[in-house]
Amino acid sequence: MSSHSRPSPRGLPAVAGLVILAGALGGCGGAEGVEGADVRVFAAASLTDVFTELGQQFESERGTTVEFNFAGSSGLAQQIVEGAPADVLAAASPAAMAQVTDEGRGSGAPTTFARNRLMIAVPAGNPAGVSGLEDLTDEDLTIALCAQEVPCGAASARVFEAAGLVPAPDTFERDVRAALTKVELGEVDAALVYHTDVLAAGDVVEGIGLPEPSEGVNDYPIVLLAGAFNPGGAQEFIDFVLSDTGRATLAEAGFDLP
Amino acid sequence: MTRTSRGSGIPPVLLVPAAVGLLFLLLPLVGLLARAPWADLGEHLSDPAVLEALRLSLFSAFLATLVCLVLGVPLAWVLARAEFRGLRLVRALITLPLVLPPVVGGVALLLLLGRRGLIGQHLYDWFGISLPFTTAAVVIAEAFVAMPFLVIAVEGALRGADRRYEDAAATLGAGRWLIFRRVTLPLVAPGISAGAVLCFARALGEFGATITFAGNFPGVTRTMPLAVYLSMETNPEAAIVLALVLLFVSVVVLVSLRGRWISGASS
Repeated sequence: MSSHSRPSPRGLPAVAGLVILAGALGGCGGAEGVEGADVRVFAAASLTDVFTELGQQFESERGTTVEFNFAGSSGLAQQIVEGAPADVLAAASPAAMAQVTDEGRGSGAPTTFARNRLMIAVPAGNPAGVSGLEDLTDEDLTIALCAQEVPCGAASARVFEAAGLVPAPDTFERDVRAALTKVELGEVDAALVYHTDVLAAGDVVEGIGLPEPSEGVNDYPIVLLAGAFNPGGAQEFIDFVLSDTGRATLAEAGFDLP
Repeated sequence: MTRTSRGSGIPPVLLVPAAVGLLFLLLPLVGLLARAPWADLGEHLSDPAVLEALRLSLFSAFLATLVCLVLGVPLAWVLARAEFRGLRLVRALITLPLVLPPVVGGVALLLLLGRRGLIGQHLYDWFGISLPFTTAAVVIAEAFVAMPFLVIAVEGALRGADRRYEDAAATLGAGRWLIFRRVTLPLVAPGISAGAVLCFARALGEFGATITFAGNFPGVTRTMPLAVYLSMETNPEAAIVLALVLLFVSVVVLVSLRGRWISGASS
């Protein structure tokens, strides 16, 4: 038998050492995560950039650290309903928020703090010559839409329905950032994403506005969660998002303000 | 190889961690069964979207296994029999997809085979072929993630196989290709079928590389794991039913084919 078929005796202590090291590091990291985070915020994927910035501003102003969990709103809502430890939820749609508040997991009524409108995103230079919503019904183009299960997908469906158009997508992406990435890589000719995502992508993506934006507008509600570990700090963070400083940061990122 | 049972009784001290380990692996599945909406099961199962996803999953996992057999068996043979500098590195690189997050594999495939990718741009410019968002992309993603399982299994079988049969065939005048087909392959057939089963099961469960590289469209690229993931966003009951179907199919595949493999090995 060759030496490859079983681990060498010298290899075993090395493996054991690695496992112990990883365990020790993991243990430290975990403890720090629990003690270090004063407020835990679950926020929609489309808020990733702006909330990270708001969190830093809040931290330097108040000395309270904020830890974020960014993902698709509906997924976050499911996690909270199943008991995930969170102080605040900022969702990308009232429907996703209702998943939480209907289960009695909200503390008080949610507040709408921002609005986002859908936009057609195309790769820089618009190689396929997309000019409007009608082009997204073209079978010959490669189109990405958000899956209907997530807020940007539900909003996209409303936009097409209002326009009386049947889209011809090639993929339903799991969240708006995944759809944006496919545009950034040039793998699709167009995608429906949020205005803020087009801005965040910089020069590699161009945006085309929708003629009738009202159907493609999503309200972003924020709520203090029942059973929050730090209700005081969490409410302070919500107030900060709603403050003039918070509103200015949101507007700068391309959000509309209620 | 034969093993005697003398002195191989199980030390009692191992029984407790073994039992905990077993529970750790099985209890999550019990959680799934406990929460399953049994009353509405029929209704969920007759949903055409579920059948479509299941059919696509089985079809693409079957094709991915074929790809792995055609490419993986020769690769395993080279790894087991060839001698060259850097062999250990090659072996390590081949097993990389086993430990790599599948999403990373998906990103890599997209950057290689996407229509702006290293190879993909030429496919697109010269032949008008764009792989992402096609069933072919699903098969490629699944084969990428599953092939190491086959290669490892077959390589192990080849190393364990008795070389004297091949040597005997050679002294009788058989050529290398004939020996490979008529002596080596039958000798390691149980290893190949074991690897193929693992490969198929892994391909069936593939999620990360698929959704990243192939995208998600009903009937074309939405396999069962993707359907489970998206249902979980808004309709956990449907997700649980889909997960049960996938679990059931996986168990059937593993039990039935593994049984065949073991009986093949002992005969």
